[in-house]
Amino acid sequence: MLDAAAHDRLPAAPGVGYKPQHFAQITADPGTVKWLEIHAENYMGDGGRPIAQLRRLAEDFAMSVHGVGLSIGGEGPLDTDHLARLKHLVTWLHPASFSEHLAWSTHDSHFYNDLLPLPYTDASLQRICDHIDELQGTIRRRMLLENPSSYLAFAESTWSEPEFLSEISRRTGCGLLLDVNNVFVSATNLDFSPQGYIDAFPLDKVGEIHLGGHDEDEDEHGHPLLIDSHGAEVVDPVWALLDYTLAKSGPKPVLVEWDNDVPDWPVLETEAARAATALERIPA
Amino acid sequence: MSVSQANFTRAMMDAGQQVPDGLIDHQAQPAGRRFSVYRNNIAVSLTEAMHSAFPVIAKLLGKQNMDGLAGIYLRQHPPSSPLMMFYGEHFPAFLEGMEQLKHLGYLGDVARLELALRRAYHAADAAPIAPEALGALTPQDLMNTRVALAPAVLLLRSPWPIHGLWRYNSEDGAPKPEAQAQDVLITRPEFDPIPQLLPPAGAAWIRALMGGASIGEALEQAAAEDETFDLGATLALLLQGGAITGLDSKG
Repeated sequence: MLDAAAHDRLPAAPGVGYKPQHFAQITADPGTVKWLEIHAENYMGDGGRPIAQLRRLAEDFAMSVHGVGLSIGGEGPLDTDHLARLKHLVTWLHPASFSEHLAWSTHDSHFYNDLLPLPYTDASLQRICDHIDELQGTIRRRMLLENPSSYLAFAESTWSEPEFLSEISRRTGCGLLLDVNNVFVSATNLDFSPQGYIDAFPLDKVGEIHLGGHDEDEDEHGHPLLIDSHGAEVVDPVWALLDYTLAKSGPKPVLVEWDNDVPDWPVLETEAARAATALERIPA
Repeated sequence: MSVSQANFTRAMMDAGQQVPDGLIDHQAQPAGRRFSVYRNNIAVSLTEAMHSAFPVIAKLLGKQNMDGLAGIYLRQHPPSSPLMMFYGEHFPAFLEGMEQLKHLGYLGDVARLELALRRAYHAADAAPIAPEALGALTPQDLMNTRVALAPAVLLLRSPWPIHGLWRYNSEDGAPKPEAQAQDVLITRPEFDPIPQLLPPAGAAWIRALMGGASIGEALEQAAAEDETFDLGATLALLLQGGAITGLDSKG
């Protein structure tokens, strides 16, 4: 029997991005993992194994639905078909959380399968707030908006990213999803202090923290260029940034994302256990 | 110096285009190679999506050729929705339109089979009837019965040995395909779609059923196509695949 009340919010504990190849181990012994996140778009088929697995997992775990395809930062209107699909998913699944990205992915009815960057201006702020109002009105719940990984900046931007996200939250009432790996990646690529970013971030609005691995490259001037790949272990400086964040924010749900070159379950579970340790040692 | 999303996508999809002005690095210099991250992400992610969507085509063509075709395809047909599970719907026709692949005429239909397997995988669930429900009917009633088929049931007809090609490139020890036309029935007994080779005129019979014909009416159409049509064998394939989800014997 589904105990919905027990799973109506994400616990301040480790979660992982769910991968179908881990289904048997997760349902048998999840270790320190207390909740799971899925990418919404992978569960928009009509039936079959993906939906059956999701129903089963929702019996045991608080679930987070993480959209990667709504294109909230798009210049064009939101895709009403996609809004309807999101509404359908959160209506039947009743997840503990729904989140999306400060990014765009669709232009002129083509979907580019990536989280693309946008300038932080008054005009883009208004557009994003309108889109979030429309989304929250459609799915009838509060969403969390995630900070992106940045490889470049826009000359036209007039807002800093933490201020921009803070203002979106203030205007729309949405919560925020703080990806500390994204902060580290952007800070390295654009030469700012990751701790300074955390200091400026409205941590009281954060409903979830993300961690993930990244790749290392460099630009044509030899400057480090980190790429958010979700294809490796979380590096030590990002774990340190998590500690820094948790010390200021207090306990939060912490998710480990690993989407490419997905490892065997014990490797992912070890990452989750490390997140559990970080949560345990938060100074009182 | 505002960068429109139209400019951004144009430059992202064509490495010959200049990186849009107004995209900058940490020192307010032109973004340059940093923009390549986006060019690379979309090419890599959509190429990987094509490899996992069409494993048999990838095996038939080889990795390098598949990479190259996926790169051309993604520029001609970027995804039209965020549902990547259905990406590649134009790939069969795309393959058939490639002059260099004209000598491999079967590729399009093999790709259609792989697409159909994916559609069946994500199709709505439906509970099959108990086989005894058919056995309980008199022969006369059986002929007058119309059947409802599960959403995962799909049919493909090809002048090429698509079932043999698919098996040979999917299963260890499968026999080498021989040149012949093949019709394929896809069923999904539980979660894994199964492609099965249909006997002569089996596809005509099932297509008639899908069109609302009774078992008897469909039998006439199948027999007209091939008088050796084996109703019992074809019906057994549907029943074993959990394909029949309802019976209407009201005539």
